[in-house]
Amino acid sequence: MNALDINNLTFSYNRENVLENIDLHVKEKEFLAIIGPNGGGKSTLLKLIIGLEQTKQSNIKIFGKKPAKNLTLIGYVPQNTNVNTDFPIKVIEVVMMGHVGHKRPLIGYKKEEINCALESLKQVSMEKYANKKIGTLSGGQRQRVMIARALCSHPKILLLDEPTSNIDTIGQKEVYNLLKKLNQHITIIVVSHDLSIVLEYASSVLHVNKKMVFHDVSKTRKFHTKEEHFCEVELLQLLGKSNV
Amino acid sequence: MFDALNYEFIQNALMAGILVSIASGIIGSLIVVNRMVFLAGGIAHTSYGGIGLAVYFGIPIFLGASLFAVSAALLISFITLKQRERTDTFIGLIWAVGMAIGILFVDMTPGYNVDLMSYLFGSILAVSKEDIWFMLALVLIIITVITFCYRDILAVSYDSEYALLRGVSVKFFYTLILVLSALTVVIAIKIVGLILVIALLTIPIYIAERLSNSLYSMMFLSSIISTIFTLFGLFISYNFDITSGASIILVSAIALVLFLLFFKLKESVKYS
Repeated sequence: MNALDINNLTFSYNRENVLENIDLHVKEKEFLAIIGPNGGGKSTLLKLIIGLEQTKQSNIKIFGKKPAKNLTLIGYVPQNTNVNTDFPIKVIEVVMMGHVGHKRPLIGYKKEEINCALESLKQVSMEKYANKKIGTLSGGQRQRVMIARALCSHPKILLLDEPTSNIDTIGQKEVYNLLKKLNQHITIIVVSHDLSIVLEYASSVLHVNKKMVFHDVSKTRKFHTKEEHFCEVELLQLLGKSNV
Repeated sequence: MFDALNYEFIQNALMAGILVSIASGIIGSLIVVNRMVFLAGGIAHTSYGGIGLAVYFGIPIFLGASLFAVSAALLISFITLKQRERTDTFIGLIWAVGMAIGILFVDMTPGYNVDLMSYLFGSILAVSKEDIWFMLALVLIIITVITFCYRDILAVSYDSEYALLRGVSVKFFYTLILVLSALTVVIAIKIVGLILVIALLTIPIYIAERLSNSLYSMMFLSSIISTIFTLFGLFISYNFDITSGASIILVSAIALVLFLLFFKLKESVKYS
């Protein structure tokens, strides 16, 4: 079964279409990078997949079911994790937000929920920071905490919106190496601007600018460089598509 | 000065001061972390409409003010959830219209010279036994709600989008916070008045936020700090015959300045 199936999706906020005729099929354990210009509909696509935006036609399926029916299968890491940094909340409390609200105790958290959150923090090597205030962490550390929060519900598909936009280069590498490790067990979908780093890790690339072009890059990595950063035009030339 | 403690109205005022401080410490924390200070200000001023109506129809002031403030909270919740971009305009509007309604009804009440100032700036002399029961009930309700819904309220306050994804009813808890804010504002009217209440909902909370690493400890600390400020303010108010609201707020403000100076000093020592 595919992790994600999107059939002929068209979406608009008002009159003008933001997305048109999107057909996307993501296999299990794929690492998909979604790229495209600002306002091209990347984030909207992500929000539709996780169910924050709704369409009338139910043509998005996560493991064969509607997103809203499958909350535990989806892990989501939002774009801006640098907001609300003054908020008095401990790292462990942020991670425990990831638990879905059923089978909950009357007051507070269950022991297994706390253990599960600590386990998630261990997965992202942040267990030492469990009782620290979230605002005292660096951008990269906070990003890893948000990934731990998403892992808390044991998702089979993890979606990240610009996971490295607010962190330094070392932090970016750490985040992507972590994602690569997680990718052994779960499907990963990343929306990103940072093309060169994404391409080191992604097995396929989706270019979204209202319409979409899909590239399987798992076998060809001839454009792979370590030093240079690609601009989008160069990348698309390398991928051999000029019709976007 | 300890003779003063024998007077019943002083005992009532102290009880009320403590209860209001607990309520405003907890709810103020939620207002501050949710960036709802302006919303709470709107609700506070609007509740004057309820006071006016209560005076005109001869119903208890607390009841009138509570009903009016809760209606305002529901309206503000509805507007902010529906149309986020124009929130400030609508709140400004509700703010002024509520006060205008209050003044209108007080004017229309025949032969009634209600002491406006006491509702606007607080009057400890006016606290009755019934008021204390009302305040106690509200404090118990607030503590119960926080105890049983802490994780949902925390999730909605910290990251409402994510809370929604995890199946938490963001609209319900957002409205709940606003309604509890409205009721807290109403009980605080007797102590600091509806114009000055906003300072009670922010100054102790701001200090507590700096010193806490969880929402729970922030609420706890806010309540304690708030109690200290309120009791000290009441003491000064009694001794120097100053309006209670003004003296509590000025005590808080001076304490805040001292706190910030101390913080700055500590930092400069650390880096020098």
